[in-house]
Amino acid sequence: MASETHTSTEYIKHHLQNLTFGELPDGSLGLAQTAEQAKAMGFWSINVDTVAVSLILGAIFLYFFAKIAKKATLNVPAGGQNFVEMIIEFVDDSVRGSFTGRNPLVAPLALTIFIWIFLMNLMDLVPIDYLPGLATVLGLPFLKVVPTTDPNATFGMSIAVFALVIYYSIKVKGAAGFAGELALQPFSSTNPVIKGIFIPINLFLEGVNLIAKPISLSLRLFGNMYAGEMIFILLAIMGGSFAAASMGGSSVLFGTQILLSLAWAIFHILIITLQAFIFMTLTIVYLDMAHQEHH
Amino acid sequence: MNINATLIAQTIMFILFVWFCMKFVWPPIMQALSDRKKQIADGLAAGERGKQELEQASKSAADEMLIAKQKAAEILAQAEKRSSQVVEEAKGLAQEEGDRIVSMAKAEVEQEIVRAREALRQNVADLAVAGAAKILDREVDAKAHADLLKNIKAEL
Repeated sequence: MASETHTSTEYIKHHLQNLTFGELPDGSLGLAQTAEQAKAMGFWSINVDTVAVSLILGAIFLYFFAKIAKKATLNVPAGGQNFVEMIIEFVDDSVRGSFTGRNPLVAPLALTIFIWIFLMNLMDLVPIDYLPGLATVLGLPFLKVVPTTDPNATFGMSIAVFALVIYYSIKVKGAAGFAGELALQPFSSTNPVIKGIFIPINLFLEGVNLIAKPISLSLRLFGNMYAGEMIFILLAIMGGSFAAASMGGSSVLFGTQILLSLAWAIFHILIITLQAFIFMTLTIVYLDMAHQEHH
Repeated sequence: MNINATLIAQTIMFILFVWFCMKFVWPPIMQALSDRKKQIADGLAAGERGKQELEQASKSAADEMLIAKQKAAEILAQAEKRSSQVVEEAKGLAQEEGDRIVSMAKAEVEQEIVRAREALRQNVADLAVAGAAKILDREVDAKAHADLLKNIKAEL
């Protein structure tokens, strides 16, 4: 909840600011103490919280899965192995269902995307002030705990996926085939002159189509998580205003926050899983399109 | 909210995670899954084989049983035949024995009759002599008339 010294605007801004490390105005390297400082750092700065949280979550995921994988047995699986196998089979089914080519990269890629995004989204369900509060105690100016509410994280993944799409498009169809796909579709003609006229139109349409893939992929995830986080923040502000309200009003507001946060969190469980699944499925579909000679 | 070098860091991290997953997570688990699938398939096949063997065994057992039943029926029939033979034989023997006893009894009776007739003849002769003596009022000398009495006896 917002403390008495914070206004609502400050509270929201505080929650939406990443802990940024870069060059401070005085020329030294350090953590930005204000949003303006963070902005002034430009491109060559790092959101420490995003990187740290996503790294820790990715490490937890890979450690757990690799540990299970190492001692995977043929016998009746128990506990963790059961869980891991269930997820792996689910991902494998999704890949088999959507991906028609043969590529050993796609399934592990899909698994990594699904679990990593799910874990990063899951951080949204940690009560909103716990970790930033702890950071304040530790002397850190900001802490944004949900990496997927940072566009850097979502764009980072979608750019990698986009690079793979381009790479496999060129590898499977050849550079000429890929260029042809961009230039000779969707409008085509048997007359060479009209065909030539169509080329820039096709290039424009297909170019937009191609660029839209990574952007929509990352913005969909970012937007959903950002909005979800925002609602948690607003609910917290509502509960937090009990400081200004009368005693009776305060307990009502406080109780309302608990109930609404609970309801939103339960609904959010669906959203975080769904968004992770959508990101994974679209990645599979895009790579499948990259592997097809004609579509 | 600013786009900055975090983007690059996240991309590199993502690529490393995918690489690690592709190297150390996915293959062993898929291997275990496919191995288990194979094991289960083998087990099912073995079960199927066992079932077939059982079917065959029960079929041959039924055949054996049928043969045994037939044999038993044969033996039974033979035994019945033999027993009826024995009964027939016994009947024949009994008949013979009975016949023998009856004929023996008959012979005895004949003898008895002959003997009784002899005795009766004697008695009648005596009676006749006594009667004659009374009629003649004198003693008849039995010795003197022995021939006569013998004749009478023979006529009786």
